[in-house]
Amino acid sequence: MTNMLATGGFSINVFTDLAGMWQYAFMQHAFEAGTIVAIVSGVVGYFVVLRRLSFAAHALSHTGFAGAAAAILLGLNPLIGLLAFTGGSGLTIAVLGRRTAARDVQVGTVLAFMLGLGVLFISLYKGYATEAYSLLFGEILGISSGDVYVTLLAGVVTLAAVALLYRRLLFTSLDEDVAEAKGVSILGTGITFMLLLALATSIAVQVVGVLLIFALLVTPAAVAERLTRRPAEGMAVSVLVALMVTWSGLFIAYYLPYPVSFFITSMVFMLYILVRGVQAWRARQSNRTVAPTQS
Amino acid sequence: MTASTTSKVIISAQDVSAGYGGKAVWQHATFTINAGELVGVLGPNGVGKSTLLRLILGLNKPLAGTLEVFGAAPRRGNPRIGFVPQRRPIDAEMNIEALELVRLGVNGIKWGMSIMGSLRAERAEAMAALRQVDGEMLAYRPLGELSGGELQRVFLAQALVGNPELLLLDEPLANLDIRRERELIQLIYDVARTRNVAILLIAHDLNPLLPVADKIIYTVNGKMTMGSVDQIVTAKTLSALYGAPIEVLHDSQGRIAVLGIEEVMHHD
Repeated sequence: MTNMLATGGFSINVFTDLAGMWQYAFMQHAFEAGTIVAIVSGVVGYFVVLRRLSFAAHALSHTGFAGAAAAILLGLNPLIGLLAFTGGSGLTIAVLGRRTAARDVQVGTVLAFMLGLGVLFISLYKGYATEAYSLLFGEILGISSGDVYVTLLAGVVTLAAVALLYRRLLFTSLDEDVAEAKGVSILGTGITFMLLLALATSIAVQVVGVLLIFALLVTPAAVAERLTRRPAEGMAVSVLVALMVTWSGLFIAYYLPYPVSFFITSMVFMLYILVRGVQAWRARQSNRTVAPTQS
Repeated sequence: MTASTTSKVIISAQDVSAGYGGKAVWQHATFTINAGELVGVLGPNGVGKSTLLRLILGLNKPLAGTLEVFGAAPRRGNPRIGFVPQRRPIDAEMNIEALELVRLGVNGIKWGMSIMGSLRAERAEAMAALRQVDGEMLAYRPLGELSGGELQRVFLAQALVGNPELLLLDEPLANLDIRRERELIQLIYDVARTRNVAILLIAHDLNPLLPVADKIIYTVNGKMTMGSVDQIVTAKTLSALYGAPIEVLHDSQGRIAVLGIEEVMHHD
C-alpha cells in the first residue's frame, strides 16, 4: 500500500514537503480525490448524524462492497458496482423505513443480504485478494486521474442536490411531523437523501474503504454537532474536520509505511474523544459552580 | 381584525366519519368552529383525537361526510394552519438552538439555501415569534437542554410564524407540572383572544381547559360530539366519555373541578 517514496524525507517546511509529494501523480490524485471526498462527506455526514442514520450509512457502505465485488467479477470499474448497489439499497431502505423510528430493522435486513452477496462474489472471483482488501480498507494511493474526474462529478452533483434540498432536509430531519403537515414529502425527501448518501458513500469508499467509512461520513459530523448550535455552522465545521484529517492522514502516510486510512480514522477518533472529554469536564465544572449541593 | 371576522366559520364538519382502512374510529361528527374560539378535544387514548387533526391538516381523508376548513376541502400545507404535533421527547444530545427550529417555520419548505439578507430576515421573524410566547431567552439554548414546558413554547412559536388563523395543538399539556400547565394554557388562551386565532387543543384532562375553553369536542361510543363546557361537565356525560365513574364538584366561587379522570388515565 504505502511506500517510502519520499526523496528528501520530512522537513519542517510543509510547503516544500507538499511540493515534493505532488511530484508524484498518485499523491496528487490522492489529495484531489481526498479533498472532494472530505467536503462531500462533511456535508452529507452532517445530515446523517442529524437524521440518526449512521447505521444506514454503515449498511450502504457494506452494500457497496457487494457491488464493487460484482463489478470486479464482471471486469467493470468497481465504482460502477458501488454506485449501482448503494443506490439500489438506499432506495430500498428509504421506501421500507419511511419513518425514522422504524428504520433500524429494515436497514439490518438489507445489510445482511448484501453482505451475503458480497461474500459470494468475492468467492467467485479468481483473482487476488488484494482487490477485496482495498475495497474494505480503501486505497487512496491507487486512484487514477479518471477516478478523480468521476469523484469530482459525483461530488458536484451531491453538493448541488444538498444545496437545493437544504432547508427541506433540515425540516424533515428536525421536525418530521410538522414538515409533513406543511406539505414536504417525507418519502420523497427520504429517498433523495438516501440516494445522495449512496453517492457520497461510493466515492468515500475509495479513500477509507468500506469498513472505515464512519471516519469520514459520521465522526467529523459528530464532532461538529457537539461544537455548534446552528446547522450551517455545523456543516462548515464538519467539512473542516474531514478535510483536516484527510490531508494530515495523507501527509503522514507519505513518510510512514502504514495505511492512510489508519491515520485518518485514528486522528478523527482522537478529536471526537477530545471534544467529548473537554465538554464533559466543562459540564462538571459548571455544575459545581451552579449547584454545589447536588451530587 | 374587524368585528365581522370574529364570527367567521373556520371549520365545519357535516356527519364526518374517520378511520383507517375503511374501519371507522369515530362517526357522525357535526360541528362548527369559529374564528377566535378555543376548543378542547377531550377523551382517553385511542378514540381518534389526533385523527381529527390529521383530517383538518389534509393528511387523511374522511371516510364519509363533508369537512371544510376555511370554506374548502382540507389541503396539505395550508399556511393558514399552525400545527404542534404530539412530540416524542427530544434527544438530550440535540445541540441545535431553539431559534433554528422556529426558523424552520419561516423557511422550512423553501428550496435552496438562505443567502445573507434573507438569513437575517428569517432569524428576525423567528425571534418575533418567540417573543410572542415570552420565549426570547430560549432562542440560543440547545433544544436538548429545554424542559417540557419550554419546548412547548418553542413549538408554539414555530406554529405562530406566518400568523395562522387556526392552531392545532396535540397534547401540549402532556408531561407538564401544574404550574407550567397553567402558564401554557394561559399563553394559549391569550393567543386565541388577542390574535383571534381558532385553536383546537387535544388534552387528556379536562380540568386545565375548564376556565378557558369555549367548546369541547368529545367522543362517546364512537360518536364525536361538540358541546359547551356546561353541557359536558356533568357527571353523567363524563362517566360515559371515560367509561369510569367521574364526579363534578362546584365550589362556592363557581369554580368547577372534575374528579376521576386522572385515575382513568393512569390505569389505561
